[in-house]
Amino acid sequence: MNDISTSPAEKSSQRALPRWGRILAWVALFALLVIVAMVLLQKQQGPVAVGQKPPTFTLTTFDGEQVGPAEMAGKVVLVNFWASWCKPCEQEAADLESAWRYYQPRGDVLFLGIAWTDTEPASLGYIEKFDITYPNGPDLGTSISQAYRITGVPETYIIDKNGLLAYVKLSPFTSLSEIKASIDPLLSP
Amino acid sequence: MAIKQYLFSTVLTLLLGLLVVSTVLAQQPTPSDDQVNVIAKQLYCPVCENIPLDVCPTTACAQWRELIRQKLALGWSEQQIKDYFVQQYGARVLGTPPPKGINWLVYLVPPVAILAGVYVLYRVFISWKRPIQQGEVQPSTPDPPALTDENQDEYIQRLEEEVRKR
Repeated sequence: MNDISTSPAEKSSQRALPRWGRILAWVALFALLVIVAMVLLQKQQGPVAVGQKPPTFTLTTFDGEQVGPAEMAGKVVLVNFWASWCKPCEQEAADLESAWRYYQPRGDVLFLGIAWTDTEPASLGYIEKFDITYPNGPDLGTSISQAYRITGVPETYIIDKNGLLAYVKLSPFTSLSEIKASIDPLLSP
Repeated sequence: MAIKQYLFSTVLTLLLGLLVVSTVLAQQPTPSDDQVNVIAKQLYCPVCENIPLDVCPTTACAQWRELIRQKLALGWSEQQIKDYFVQQYGARVLGTPPPKGINWLVYLVPPVAILAGVYVLYRVFISWKRPIQQGEVQPSTPDPPALTDENQDEYIQRLEEEVRKR
């Protein structure tokens, strides 16, 4: 016998998902969209902007020394991201070292080199090749580069004595005078 | 006294010899490219996104492969090497993300989506299979309006006029 007592509308409602199932499906879909949106927003953010407070980090150098916010406080800090396989990095390496030797005696300037996605033997070879004496260390877990949202190497960030980002260079420095021109205005007379 | 010195030097020589032998035994023969690539193809260098390390042509990737070779030569296992790379360069170097935190979505969403899709298809097929009830029959196109006697007469009249003209 056919079920002639049930109307088509009733049958349609019987076929539909239960209410809790529909709510769950919409919540899951919404949550997924929010996560995708957050990831996309994060990816579309450019590098840290000048005038902002840059991310804090502690660098463990290849010598095992720790350089963190306490060592950076009250100083002009130049943070340079580099890699041994990066040819443009070689272009600025000698100038950065010269600048470091020029500013180091003052005591209020700190240079930090961060090796990005580099192997330790290759990094050490690079440091030796360019006779680099300022603190250098690996970007363990690429956490520092991700915090700074770098897009490649070389990239250089200069933080002023108040701890704010004062200068960003997304390409290699072309001369010692260019490095000095970016640091000198941040130093007290 | 001479015997003591002889014994001491013999024991010392033996100990040094053992040390050298154990060091040599710990060193593995140079791993082949195939051995390196077994691990390399599971890793991705952040510089060249979406290219597995075993086929990536950049200098950075060549350095990474060389590092894998060195670690294999030191007797490290595949898991130890992968853990080392994760520690050095982050979890994103892995071809398959570790199942923790938000990474669980990668493992959960596809099967849940497939199951949901199968369920929807099942319901659709069931609804297709169900015999159509008489009350549910809906005409697909409306019937043309029936001709009334008046319309029909006018139509016939016009036809006759046309025939007469010819």
